[in-house]
Amino acid sequence: MADDDRSVEETGRPAGDDDGAETEGKRGPLGKWTRRAFIGTGALAGGGLVLGVGGVVFAPNRMRIGPESEGGTGQLTTWIKITPDNDVIVSIPHCEMGQGALTGIAMMMAEELEADWSLVRIEESPPEDHFANGYIVRAFVDETGFSVPGWFQRAFDYASYKAMDVAGMQVTGGSTSTRGTGQYGLRVAGAAAKEMLLQAAAATFDAPLSELTARDSRITHGPSGRSATFGELATLAATMKVPNDPVMKPRDQYRLVGTSQNRHDIPSKVAGAAQYGIDVTLPDMLYAAIAASPVPGGQLSEVDEAPATSMAGVHEVVRLTEAVAVVADGYWQASQALAALTPRFTDDGRGTANTESIYAAHVAALDEKGPGQPSRDAAKTVSVEYRVPYLAHATMEPMSATARIANGRCEVWAGTQDPLNARRTAARAADLDVSDVVMHNQQLGGGFGRRLPFTFDYIEQAVHVAKSVSPRPVKLIWSREEDMQHDYYRPFVVARLRTDLDAEGRPLSWASRFTGSRLADGGAARPPYEIDDIDVSAAAPPVHLRTGSWRSVQYSQHGFFVESFIDELAHEAGRDPVEYRAALLSHEPRHLAALQRAADMADWGGPLAEGRGRGIAIVEAFGTIVAEVAEVSVEADNSIRVHRFDAAVDCGLVVNPQQALAQIQGGITFGLSAALYHEITVRNGAVEQRSFPDYPMIQLSNAPRVNVEFIASDAAIGGLGEPGVPPVAPAVANAVFALTGQRLRTLPLRLA
Amino acid sequence: MIDFTLNGIPTRLDVADGTPLLWAIREQAALTGTKFGCGIGACGACTVHLDGVAVRSCVTPVESVAGRSVTTIEGLAPAGGLHPVQEAWIEDQVPQCGYCQSGVIMAVAALLEQDPAPSDEVLEATITNICRCGTYERIRGAIRSLAETTEP
Ligand code: FES
Ligand code: FES
Repeated sequence: MADDDRSVEETGRPAGDDDGAETEGKRGPLGKWTRRAFIGTGALAGGGLVLGVGGVVFAPNRMRIGPESEGGTGQLTTWIKITPDNDVIVSIPHCEMGQGALTGIAMMMAEELEADWSLVRIEESPPEDHFANGYIVRAFVDETGFSVPGWFQRAFDYASYKAMDVAGMQVTGGSTSTRGTGQYGLRVAGAAAKEMLLQAAAATFDAPLSELTARDSRITHGPSGRSATFGELATLAATMKVPNDPVMKPRDQYRLVGTSQNRHDIPSKVAGAAQYGIDVTLPDMLYAAIAASPVPGGQLSEVDEAPATSMAGVHEVVRLTEAVAVVADGYWQASQALAALTPRFTDDGRGTANTESIYAAHVAALDEKGPGQPSRDAAKTVSVEYRVPYLAHATMEPMSATARIANGRCEVWAGTQDPLNARRTAARAADLDVSDVVMHNQQLGGGFGRRLPFTFDYIEQAVHVAKSVSPRPVKLIWSREEDMQHDYYRPFVVARLRTDLDAEGRPLSWASRFTGSRLADGGAARPPYEIDDIDVSAAAPPVHLRTGSWRSVQYSQHGFFVESFIDELAHEAGRDPVEYRAALLSHEPRHLAALQRAADMADWGGPLAEGRGRGIAIVEAFGTIVAEVAEVSVEADNSIRVHRFDAAVDCGLVVNPQQALAQIQGGITFGLSAALYHEITVRNGAVEQRSFPDYPMIQLSNAPRVNVEFIASDAAIGGLGEPGVPPVAPAVANAVFALTGQRLRTLPLRLA
Repeated sequence: MIDFTLNGIPTRLDVADGTPLLWAIREQAALTGTKFGCGIGACGACTVHLDGVAVRSCVTPVESVAGRSVTTIEGLAPAGGLHPVQEAWIEDQVPQCGYCQSGVIMAVAALLEQDPAPSDEVLEATITNICRCGTYERIRGAIRSLAETTEP
């Protein structure tokens, strides 16, 4: 597919649009960009080779960034430097959420480069100032001493573009183009650098390329036995032509990719030294606590500031449109003073909404839509309704941002999944040109979709507060309660599924009517099963709480609907759930293999301890197929307990197996907290839940044992951060049905 | 004004009574390895040692540590070194986002000090930290391998 095209041109020029077939590129001052990697090279000041790597990236639809945005233009985001000391240094924009993205990317680069992994260093990110948007050019010029051609500068300005996309590939999931771009950008660069080193060796040894081999950061001339390290060749290599089409290794020749390697970011995390957004500390910094309107859309109408301003350490009460903030010498003082206030907010006419009225509105939207047409020769029709609640992300690190406005410039320090868009948000809030705003991205204490574009309210607020205390910097920290009650929630969805079965219980048709957007959710709503007549359609309900992307996005809801419903159909047909699915998956061999593997791992059909039940589910999301079997029991208090999960995963290529495993285990835990406990409810227009006691998490004591196996596959690389989540809820619901005969169609799963 | 020992160093901080130890450590002492997760003692991200015992610093008023000894993640091992729990955490690649892990490591280090080979029951009752990334499988595994190495 187009994403896998690659093109690399000579030093100093981006790859052009030479096939004319691609029309999605954007024409700008740099000419028309296409979905290609492009590479610029130069010599390091003290000798050595440097390559800057960019890729044109189309942001995933779910982030709602079209190709017209800057997200669709080119960025030189990543650097490979080969020093005379034979070190390979990879600099990747820093946006680590814990999936090991940077390590995985570096491994792919090192594989193509034939670098000795022990000589590869990852620069977590250039130090703050270097990474700051707009300064990246200067920073690299300062640091490396190589000069940047004028046309490059614009491209460099995009350097802070989200590592989610650079990292792309399996580490964070996302759309195909995301993974494609993330994956091939650095791989191409690694391969290109290797070819340039080979050319340098050919010149040095006066030998034909065919007699040279690159391996472990060294090039050897077979016939003469002479060899030179990459470092020795790097300076000469920098003068070589960048190959137009570097040859990439076939997967079966991988030596590094596919082996477990330690993540580079872990040592600083266990030492307590890693700096997250909330840890930013600046000289002269103030602290702010904030309370926004409890009802979405509400505005601050009045607040008596006196109770706060009379308290020790308090500097100011700041009135924002939708919130009131208190600035003090310390966060505790700010939060205590905030608690002393009794602000009033308007409710935008939404102050009477509650979970029941929201549900009723969804039902009304579906009623208007009407059911699908039944099939004429159906023996039986099954029609049921499912429902899932709003969910919060509840990242461990609450929202936080630090901002400083001084001398006509604005600086922001925060952890985001997209620094580029965060910067734009800050510019708007500061009423400054984007070029006068610097974004210093920090480690993220969890993302899961909360720190994406259009959800940067915490940055906007920090900037507004910074205006009123300018020129002093201010760190805004949300309380856990503020975080829980002002999220961009996973959407509330009601779905009606209906099927017509033939006399053998095989589905003749499948209709899904759900609240949401067909465009966004339609793919996830379609079952993978072989059914002639599949009809999915959406009805847009009135919106109450604001919503956003939540780990695995629409698959987390539709995975539950589809995989619960197919289980119901198996039961209707009197067939085993694995066998029933398998019979409808003969056209999908990867699904079939994953289904079978998970069943084998769990000893499906084998004996179970007294009081235990098993359930299975399989969902493909972000190019990865995951089948999971849950083993459950019901406790004395009627709560559901999950003892064990077995997961079979086909994600195409596994880059770093130990991290792949961690991502699936983490996804299952994340999905399980939601399946069993999580529900954001609305009363008088506002979110009712406040903190972990009423939004409880799986802990060590109730975390199931999770076995994961990866299925060797030559399919395109798929995501891993998200696909572990969707099968969890249906697998558990199906297990509960097998055990108790109760079919639970509403999340979280609660037995009557 | 409060006098106590912080990571082995006699320390005087100018903080009002009633301020949680968490904020005194993070803001006055500028040690940000101890994290804020909830402020109500529900998540464990803020766990530190008070005279060797794991406590949640967000619900520990600063005046209650006067004259006592507080250890944070930064002081768990001598400067530049790693505590065995930290080593095991690297060995088993436990952290994901890592935000909860200072607290988890502090809680585990305190537990193993008391009970080098805790039973599952003790472990599950004691380590109640929340990890939103879901690293429990590896937390358990790393504790188990630590327990093995200390067994006679
Ligand atoms: S921050 Fe102290 S327990 Fe959560
Ligand atoms: S590692 Fe992210 S919360 Fe535990």
